[in-house]
Amino acid sequence: MTKPSSKKPSSKTVPRERATPLRMAWRRFRGSSLGLIGAVILILLYLVALFAPFLSPYSITVQHSRYVYQPPQQVHIFYEGSLRRPFVYPMTQERDPVTFQRIYAPDTDNPVPIRFLVRGEPYRFFGTWESDRHLFGVDEGFFFPLGTDRFGRDLLSRTLVGAQVSLSVGVIGILISFSIGIVVGGVSGYYGGVVDTLLQRLIEVMLSFPRLPILLALATIIPSSWPSTWVYVGIVAVLSLIGWASLARVVRGQVLAAREIDYVQAARAMGLGNLRIILRHILPNLTSYLLVAATVALPSYILGESALSFLGLGIKEPMTSWGLLLKDAQSFEALRSYPWLLSPGLLIVVSVLAFNFVGDALRDAADVRSQ
Amino acid sequence: MSLFIYMLRRLLLMVPTLFLVSILCFVVIQLQPGSFTDRYLEDPRMSAETVARLEQQLGLDRPAYEQYGRWVWGIVTRGDFGFSFFANRPVSSLVGEQLFWTVVIASMTMVFTWLVAVPLGILAAVRRRGVFDGVTSFVGYIGLAVPDFLVALLLVALVLALGGRQVGGLYAPEYIGAPWDVSKFLSFLNHMWIPVLAVGTSGVAVIMRQMRANLLDVLGADYVRTARAKGLREGVVINRHAVRNAINPLVTIAGLSLPDLINGTIIVSIVLNLPAIGRLLYDSLLAQDQYVAMTLLLMTSLVLMVGNLIADVALAWVDPRIRYD
Repeated sequence: MTKPSSKKPSSKTVPRERATPLRMAWRRFRGSSLGLIGAVILILLYLVALFAPFLSPYSITVQHSRYVYQPPQQVHIFYEGSLRRPFVYPMTQERDPVTFQRIYAPDTDNPVPIRFLVRGEPYRFFGTWESDRHLFGVDEGFFFPLGTDRFGRDLLSRTLVGAQVSLSVGVIGILISFSIGIVVGGVSGYYGGVVDTLLQRLIEVMLSFPRLPILLALATIIPSSWPSTWVYVGIVAVLSLIGWASLARVVRGQVLAAREIDYVQAARAMGLGNLRIILRHILPNLTSYLLVAATVALPSYILGESALSFLGLGIKEPMTSWGLLLKDAQSFEALRSYPWLLSPGLLIVVSVLAFNFVGDALRDAADVRSQ
Repeated sequence: MSLFIYMLRRLLLMVPTLFLVSILCFVVIQLQPGSFTDRYLEDPRMSAETVARLEQQLGLDRPAYEQYGRWVWGIVTRGDFGFSFFANRPVSSLVGEQLFWTVVIASMTMVFTWLVAVPLGILAAVRRRGVFDGVTSFVGYIGLAVPDFLVALLLVALVLALGGRQVGGLYAPEYIGAPWDVSKFLSFLNHMWIPVLAVGTSGVAVIMRQMRANLLDVLGADYVRTARAKGLREGVVINRHAVRNAINPLVTIAGLSLPDLINGTIIVSIVLNLPAIGRLLYDSLLAQDQYVAMTLLLMTSLVLMVGNLIADVALAWVDPRIRYD
């Protein structure tokens, strides 16, 4: 069904519409199904992060101490052979007589229907608008779709709210390291000479470390007494401090080439300031290139944050992130008895996968020469 | 001869970079809030004077530049990397074995990566746009997206769910301290596949993709058409003519993917309790055992530089067209 529509633009000679580079790039991007899938997934993920308090059934800090390490509850639609609205079975529990471990079993006699837009714990939207409506929930008992952690906190809610941290770290981190990278790379490439040599040396030193060790070292600089919001800022800063160097090197190469182009020479001959030439004449020329570089580099920030938080050097409670949630699954004991704690990992994989899809499609779309 | 001079020049160029790297290591570690002796201030059994004396003994009361100078001087003149406050041993005795196992795990991973990725890449290129190509490309995407530590966790969970117990550590506990023999080696292999798979998945994805792309480039070249035109069998065309040329750029990729290999080894060794530098680095950073942390940071950087040098030399070796200048 999509075949004819995707054929059309290439066969037609495009009558009125001017084929600007951007439009051509968009057309090529649209041609990549993986890129489109990735883009849709990313939009969904960021919407989920935005509306996380509404989508999650419970607050991320409330501890249901009677439901510690409860396994995920399944949603059913058939009860005794007949179709019903979606419902769950409440969990009953007893203690293992030997190990005193809680053993959960579904109570199949009392199905509890899932209701939508239920009232629950109050939360604040964007820091202002207060509400207590949640997308779904149950009237009596509890419904933990992904199970609970060692304090009896709902894992689904924590995963959804954790998306806010995990997904924002990459975007903010990229913005910061891009600013540094563009300035350093631009200055280095534009001025050349001693400045260039010194900056290149610095970049070389930054790049001669494997990422993780220096990331770990920098993360331990963040004082443990800091509140979790500051730690978040600190982690973003650490990630961008690592990320700018490779970018600066690339920008330098591009600026070095662009410096000799006629219109830049013309701008210089007209007596424009150096900063203005870099920002207004050289950089716009690199926009598509920088956009691709940003998308391709972004997953490493998500992975970096998750690795740091996983090792306990990243995001701090009561904030939560996917890496921090996986930290609970680190011990072999947890992996054996509570394997559902691994489920936040799926979102790391999906988000990185989506970014890689989009990044590859953007790179192909921006690459005019290969067409 | 020229190769020798090239290597010598590269090695000499490493010296100033390493020097700057050592400064950076030192600065980062000095920026950590507090110091190693802070823990004793809370201890009711230690008086403030005792802590001060300890600080003096460990050299922590001296100005930063002096500490740095002594450290570097010790390394350059005596190969002495300082003293581990925590383990109460010289750093070099602590780091040596860990570094050895790190290199072992990384090398095994590299061998595994190449053995798996190159044939898969060749097959994917030969059967372009086929089912096999689609499947491997998707699996490659997944391999790039799953963090190494998550692969390790998933594999451990899988083994445990299947009732296995052979997870974590280098070999089964009963072999600790035992001399190396066949059964110990088998136990070692039995434990090693998890870290190797966990560290190697992303590398497999990268090399497989690159191999596929390279081979596709080469398959369009004139000499391949010539080879086909003179009636060579397809297998000979692929293996002798195309693959031989497509593999050269992979050597550079191997050098570029070295940091990932080191990163992966570090985090996986923390998850799986392997005696590689990951655990030691982590513990020393948290304990503010400064000389251990600084030395390990320096070592990872050195390993990376040497690895890149080896990759460049290897490239010159497999591709006689490369010239050094």
